[in-house]
Formats: sequence, structure tokens, C-alpha cells
Amino acid sequence: MYVWLWRHLPGPLIARLLQAAVLLGAVVAVLMLVVFPRVEPLLPYQDVTVDPNPSVTVTPSASP
Amino acid sequence: MRSERLRRAVSGLGQLMITLGLILLLFCVYELKVTNLYTDEQQKQLDKTLTKTWAAPVPPGRPATLTVFPEGTAVARIYLPSLGKDQVHVVVEGVSHEDLKKGPGHYPGTEFPGEIGNMVISGHRTTYGAPFNRLDELRGGDPIVMETRTAFYTYRVISSYVVKPSAIGETDHVPNQPTATPTKALVTLTTCNPKYSARQRLIIRGELQSTLAKGPGVVPPALLAVGG
Repeated sequence: MYVWLWRHLPGPLIARLLQAAVLLGAVVAVLMLVVFPRVEPLLPYQDVTVDPNPSVTVTPSASP
Repeated sequence: MRSERLRRAVSGLGQLMITLGLILLLFCVYELKVTNLYTDEQQKQLDKTLTKTWAAPVPPGRPATLTVFPEGTAVARIYLPSLGKDQVHVVVEGVSHEDLKKGPGHYPGTEFPGEIGNMVISGHRTTYGAPFNRLDELRGGDPIVMETRTAFYTYRVISSYVVKPSAIGETDHVPNQPTATPTKALVTLTTCNPKYSARQRLIIRGELQSTLAKGPGVVPPALLAVGG
């Protein structure tokens, strides 16, 4: 897929390198800002409190 | 021609797997490094707010020590001087994921610094600044100092143990005795255990040893005794 992408980027070598860098930056940004924050709650690193039902995300202040 | 197609398929698969591997690595970097940047910034802001609020005169008709805090706002500072001079964090009200991203969180409904009962504070062990990363290194007698607008409260660690995540009794006013009337001022720190796992919770309990009213140049001995 990288070969395909490289072939379809227009312009001389330097322009292609620049475009590739921009694309890479965009992918990393989307991962860091959108994907990872959403995936994070599925992992156990955030579970530091004691509560009777740890498998469920509880927000104490939100309960009646 | 057939071998050419096969070659391209294998090559494509290889590239895909390398990409997935890199994404996973990037996720580790995000969890262990990028989340710290977020918390550092939040802590800086909270610390500034706290300093400013405490420096300002108490509005007339309001008690000097608040007992109601909006969720996510700064409550007090916590010092763990036996773990190092830099071990100071601003505690926020609430223990939701959003609250704990900012720093250690005070369990709503539990006591505040200095009060008789059980003040419960939870914090991240490995991500988001990892304020409670080295909680397992606390030993009996080590100080836990809480700073509020009016005073420094020095607690001493009395016990350290591991419980199941469901051990809600640790947050009782008298730990694990939900109907008892508290007579001591305790602090309970909770974090996940072991590191990078949610299998258990590490509990550190301390008891209030001394209270020092704040004033110019007043620093509790526990904070002075810190070596380099």
C-alpha cells in the first residue's frame, strides 16, 4: 500500500517526501487526538479506585 | 504472473503488520508519555488557582475551610516527602476518569484534610502523571502531608496492603466498619496494583499525627526533613 501511495503522489522527489511527511503527521494526530483517547477507557490503567462493580465505569457524582 | 501476485500479497501483508505494530508502539508512547503532558499542564493550572484562591481573603460569610467543592476543582495539596521533594500534587474533587486525568482525586462524601473520619484519595499508578506510581515504597511512619488554605496536616502511614477492586469498605468513615462512629482522622490512598494492571488495588492508610496552622515561614517538620 505504501508503494501504491508513493506512486500516486505527484511532483518531484522532494515534494513527495513532504507530502508523505504531512500524511504521516495527519495519521499520528488522528491517532493521538481521537483514536487513543477513545480506546483508553477499555484498558485497565485507569482503574485505581475501589468500587463494588469495577467492570462498569462509574462516575460517583453522576449517580443519584 | 502467479508468483508476482503472491509476492505482492505477502509484501502487502507484511506492510500491514508492521503498520499495526507501529500503531501499538505509538499507543504505548501516548499512554506513558503524552498523557503525562496533559496532567502536568492541568496540575500547573490547578496549583496556580489554589495559590491564588488561598492568597485571596475569605469572602465574608464563608468558612475559611470549604467542605463543598465542585467536581474537578482543586481541593488541597498532597505531599509524599519520603518519596522525594518533587512528590507534591494538587488533589481534585471527584474520582471519575476525567477528574483523575487532572491529578489524584478526593472521593466525594469522604472526609477532608484534618477531619475525623476517613479521607480517601485515588490516583493513577502508571499514566496521567502517575502521581501514585511509587505508593508501594511507603513504609510505616512515612509522612503524608496535606496542605489546605489554613493548615498543614501531617499523617503517618500505619498500614499498606492489597485488596480486591471491589473492596468498597476501604472508603467507609471507619474502614470496613460501615456503621461505626469514627474517632480518628485517617487518610486512605488507593491506586491500581500491580503496575499496568487492574487486578488489585493498593491501599495505604495513614493516621493524623499533627496539625500546623499556616503562617509566614511555617513549614511542617515532615517537609523540612526531606533529603535531596
